[in-house]
Amino acid sequence: MDALDGNAIGGLLHQVFGTEMTSARGTCAHCGATGPVAELVVYLRGPGTVVRCRACDGLLMVFAEVRGFTCVDLQGLAALDMA
Amino acid sequence: MAGTALRGRLTWQVARVGQVISETDRVRTITLDVPDWPGHRAGQHLDVRLTAEDGYRAERSYSIASAPSEPVAITVERLDDGEVSPYLTEELRPGDELELRGPIGGYFVWQPGDGRPLLLVAGGSGIVPLRSILRHREHTGSQIPVRLLYSARTLPDVIYRGELDQGADGVDVIYTLTRQSPPGWSGRTGRVGTAMLTEVAWPVPDAALAFVCGPTSFVETVAGGLVGLGYPPGRVKTERFGASGGT
Repeated sequence: MDALDGNAIGGLLHQVFGTEMTSARGTCAHCGATGPVAELVVYLRGPGTVVRCRACDGLLMVFAEVRGFTCVDLQGLAALDMA
Repeated sequence: MAGTALRGRLTWQVARVGQVISETDRVRTITLDVPDWPGHRAGQHLDVRLTAEDGYRAERSYSIASAPSEPVAITVERLDDGEVSPYLTEELRPGDELELRGPIGGYFVWQPGDGRPLLLVAGGSGIVPLRSILRHREHTGSQIPVRLLYSARTLPDVIYRGELDQGADGVDVIYTLTRQSPPGWSGRTGRVGTAMLTEVAWPVPDAALAFVCGPTSFVETVAGGLVGLGYPPGRVKTERFGASGGT
């Protein structure tokens, strides 16, 4: 399956963070690369939504919906700055 | 703070289908009456949610095809093995209700105040958000010069062809056909690559802003090609979508 990009989870991110997030800048905790969330690598069809760094492929964010709750793991992000 | 809007929650709401317009064999534009639509920007998308009788739900994102000054419309390509697009393109009728939320996105967005020349590169139905940008440019009287490079399998697969062929002042439309071209076709053929980008894209010193939308592999090729020509990555905005009918 082709990877998509952060635009594809604009709705999910807005739901989780309460605001538009695709133009926010994420910083990878693995390699330090920084860029707009819209440019991150996104896999939609796993058991959850997986977001990876475009530079090093490191795991940045995972979202999984469990019984109506969205579980969010942001451990791979060193920073997430609003545009 | 007085006068400051609360951060907009993104909520699902019910829209009513206005018109269903046939664009190509596989593609329909659906206009929507959305009672609480806050307005959108050119390039944004929305999420559509279908719920089956047994409660099973499927969600998909679709780019908004209309300009901010027009009623909301999406353009949908039928994927034969899709869960949502066959319903939207074959079953949906004017007056039907559709659950959606939006507008979504703030990155792949163009505003007329940005004075840079535009390079728009579309693969297949990647033309949809770019058409919103083109219409917005026209409706706001913007004089910004535009080059649109649109890759499609065949001429009948070109979406909005009538509109694009009419032409607009300052908009240069370039098609490339990847699978089959009609007899006597004098336009371009073959996939977009570095050679074609070198000929078509604004020269680097023009400091153009590029919007590239299409299937993932198409976008990777074009964005990589533009950066290779010297476009700064920050001036190449990209949007990738999944399995689809071709560029």
